[in-house]
Amino acid sequence: MAEKIRIERVGKDFDVDGRAMVAISEIDLSIAENQFVSIVGTSGCGKSTLLNMIGGLDEPTRGRILIDGQEVRGPGRDRGFVFQSYTLFEWMTVEENIRFALEKSALSKAEKSEMVAHFIEAVGLSGFEKAWPKQLSGGMKQRVAIARALVYKPSILLMDEPFGALDAQTRGMMQELLLQIWTDHRVTCLFVTHDVDEAIFLADRVVVLGSRPGRVKRDLMVDLPRPRAFDLVTAPEFMETKRLILQDIREETLKLMAAGAH
Amino acid sequence: MPGHPFRLRELFRLRKEIPKPLYTASGFVLPAVLILLWWAVVQAGLIRPLFLPGPGAVLAEGWRQLEKGILLSDAAVSIYRIVAGWLTATVIAVPVGILMGNFRIFEGLLSPLVSTLRYVPVVALIPLTILWAGIGDGQKILILFIGTFFSQVLMIMDNVKNIDVSLIRAGQTLGFSNAEILRRIILPAAAPAIWDTFRITIGWTWTYLVVAELVAASDGLGRRIMDAQRYMATQTILFGTLFIGLLGLITDWLFKKIGQRLFRWNEGRR
Repeated sequence: MAEKIRIERVGKDFDVDGRAMVAISEIDLSIAENQFVSIVGTSGCGKSTLLNMIGGLDEPTRGRILIDGQEVRGPGRDRGFVFQSYTLFEWMTVEENIRFALEKSALSKAEKSEMVAHFIEAVGLSGFEKAWPKQLSGGMKQRVAIARALVYKPSILLMDEPFGALDAQTRGMMQELLLQIWTDHRVTCLFVTHDVDEAIFLADRVVVLGSRPGRVKRDLMVDLPRPRAFDLVTAPEFMETKRLILQDIREETLKLMAAGAH
Repeated sequence: MPGHPFRLRELFRLRKEIPKPLYTASGFVLPAVLILLWWAVVQAGLIRPLFLPGPGAVLAEGWRQLEKGILLSDAAVSIYRIVAGWLTATVIAVPVGILMGNFRIFEGLLSPLVSTLRYVPVVALIPLTILWAGIGDGQKILILFIGTFFSQVLMIMDNVKNIDVSLIRAGQTLGFSNAEILRRIILPAAAPAIWDTFRITIGWTWTYLVVAELVAASDGLGRRIMDAQRYMATQTILFGTLFIGLLGLITDWLFKKIGQRLFRWNEGRR
């Protein structure tokens, strides 16, 4: 498969009280087109920072990020972003929120309406077109955010712990919904989470980041068949993958605790 | 609470909703008790009317002013000054506050100065304002402006800063320019909080009215109170004070109602 994203010796330092703190020492990754990659790691491993840099919301201190061979120089409409906080525009209805994302697109008015309606249906929000975000539950809000991030047809979807604030039941439903949408609208997907089950369940590949400074600790393929259903989490292959990742994370957490960071 | 009788202890649960009529009615209890107490104390002859005239005398004073036409003309001139002073402050504070809340350079440039000026006692500035703005309405409006502006600008800066930064980032990922994000995301997101600031700050403008009309004024609600001081017309002082309070209450209510209309999306879940 063609290479979609290339992360070349990328490092990131943050300025903490005038001193440079290394958040990410050096990361090299190559992500194939339409691959679903989960990124997991303990807090402070730089997983969100990495995602922000790919999204163009943050700049690497070292190295470079290439998308389709072009160096990232800021946000762009080839990438959709879903944040952990709901980030809906609360003064707009569900429909208006999604349509707002199409404002920079060259589509005709009718085509835009069609796209908006299509994605409202894809995320299962038919009937809520005119609702205000404040009237929606957390899961519904995040569905609007996903529709908004996909409606302008980006080729990459970046998600930063999008289901982190949801309860366990809603989260499970959202994972299945996301896989359904991803099956229907193939994009390269980068999914940051600290939930190991979630990471494996969704992805073709899980990248485990080590902490302080962040780097790739393990990079493993998830060869579980698709379509996946919720009972996959009890399959022996799933459990084995999970064991490996949990072991990595445990090691990193112990290191952090020894360093007095927790 | 339909279905079962209402129990007293339900009023004292942490953060619990109580029936709406009860909530509204409770707001009248304390004023009613105070007025009753006031009336009783005067009626019993415990305080001389010079120090505290009774509610009846104060109401009669209000009626007298209304009949002579001074009440409405005083109110009109004072309201004009309030609106002019507050609007001038607001028209400048909104853009300046937005700049300070979004660009660190403007915050760095302005906040030390504004924070200092905020503590300058407005009364002390009366002589200077007369020197600068004369003795006409301009001077009163200037006093009201000074009393309102500096705190207002800092509050608006905070209103703008308090919006979720991810909203700005979401706007960036959707391809919007800085100017578009400012106008179409930051401003509407901060609007309800800014409106609350309007509501609070116009209350402050009202409290500065007497200061504004302290010197070199011939009319206005504040002036009437200051004049009454000279003749020991206690009922005029009391009526004027209560009347300003009433107008303030109406202003507050209006802002609240308009805010609910403007920001219907901001209501909680139904």
